[in-house]
Amino acid sequence: MSEPLLTIEHLEAAYGDARALHGLDFSLNAGETLALIGANGAGKSTLLKSICGLVSNKSGRILFKGKDIAGLPANEIVKQGIALVPEGRRLFPSLSVEENLILGGKVKRSGHWSLDTIYSLFPILKEKRHAPSTSLSGGQQQMVAIGRALMSNPDLLLLDELSLGLAPIIIKDIYELLPKITGNGVTAILVEQDVTRALHSASHFICLQEGHISLSGDPKLHTRDAITRAYFGT
Amino acid sequence: MDWVNAIIQGILIGGLYALFAAGLSLIFGVMRLVNIAHGDLIVATAYLAWVIIKATGVHPLVSLIFVLPIAAFIGYWLQIGIFNRVLGKDILPPLLVSFGLSVIIQNGLLATFTVDSHKLNAGVFETSSFEILPGISIGYFPLLMFFTAIAVIIALQYMFYHTSLGRAFRATSDDTEVALLMGLDNRKVYAWAMAICLAVVALAGVFLAIRSNFDPFMGPGRLIFGFEAVIIGGLGNLWGTLIGGVILGVAQGLGAELDPGWQVLAGHLAFLLVLAIRPRGLFPRIAG
Repeated sequence: MSEPLLTIEHLEAAYGDARALHGLDFSLNAGETLALIGANGAGKSTLLKSICGLVSNKSGRILFKGKDIAGLPANEIVKQGIALVPEGRRLFPSLSVEENLILGGKVKRSGHWSLDTIYSLFPILKEKRHAPSTSLSGGQQQMVAIGRALMSNPDLLLLDELSLGLAPIIIKDIYELLPKITGNGVTAILVEQDVTRALHSASHFICLQEGHISLSGDPKLHTRDAITRAYFGT
Repeated sequence: MDWVNAIIQGILIGGLYALFAAGLSLIFGVMRLVNIAHGDLIVATAYLAWVIIKATGVHPLVSLIFVLPIAAFIGYWLQIGIFNRVLGKDILPPLLVSFGLSVIIQNGLLATFTVDSHKLNAGVFETSSFEILPGISIGYFPLLMFFTAIAVIIALQYMFYHTSLGRAFRATSDDTEVALLMGLDNRKVYAWAMAICLAVVALAGVFLAIRSNFDPFMGPGRLIFGFEAVIIGGLGNLWGTLIGGVILGVAQGLGAELDPGWQVLAGHLAFLLVLAIRPRGLFPRIAG
């Protein structure tokens, strides 16, 4: 078996004195989709932010394609091929839809994704490409946020709370497009409040509880009860 | 006719004030830094031009070929070396650092060049003019300053909204953290903004030094004019900055026409009046 795309060893992270992650170990193979579940404050977002370099107060190793990236700043990590779709979308309000996408492609990694392929994935964005990003609906903004991350042609895509604040019908649409994204060889880590949806879209899952891994594996091999217990820690 | 003349000259001098203000506005817009040393940097570039002219004997306007890139280079490293170390969530540390820088520049200039005032000599060009109406003439030099200000604002607008550097400025200003995720190193983005700011500062410094005497302590006064032009026009609006400069220039011109002692006071009164009526300036940018 080939080397995993991402290997995390003894990862600890803290905000000031508050430790959010207590020594995590796991690995992820290329092409897999990992669902990261857990209650609020379990450390899901911290884990994503640690991987992409937004949390600097951390120890342990993050091996990506065999290279330790734990010490790199966020603007270098994206060049290695990791992109984040941040929680709450966080588009640049002063930039148009197209400018947001172009900026996503700033690191100029080659690959499948370009303005054209993003527009064919989300045709509505082509129509609105000159509109200010804030004038779009929540679902359309999420499409821009996903497109912006894809524009860097990442090998690893981190998706933080895709469904946050969106109508159920729109969440359904976006999740139906996920296979098209991961189908292009992109490995993904999915953080989601909606556990059922997350487990359904993933080949693996990790359940975090207060900064520890409380359960992990193939979602089909664990009962719903076991996952619920791991989630709430009962 | 004197009054018409005062207004026209005031409009033209407004161009210089807009040049004072444009760099301030750019820096505040990109990194939320209120640069107290801005006026002193203007004066420092005037001295830089003076030194270059003394060494080479070139015309002050020709000296810009050297002064502009040197100032931009200094701006880039000033940002990397000093301001980037203190910029963060709290706006107070960079403000204090810029205040300290202001004191250092003033005293550095004093120690190097003494308190004697200097002036850049641009020859007959300084005083030559043409008559547009009987009794009203327009000087070529004030006209050059005014059109330079317009050109600078057009160029800054274009840079801001139609280039990848401008996109990086706007993105970093919007959300530094997400800009990092795009691969933008905010420290370099800020350094480029400061480089551009210092190039505009150098233009203003050379114009200022051709127009009147300068000494090491002129900076804070220029800073005030720049601030007033920015606030009158509305923060974050470059064209507003030009209009702010013009209003300030015209108010000063009219004040001087009433009584020479009222020149500066009239400018401040116009500023206070605008603040009282439109606290956010005449043309504020709608916050996104």
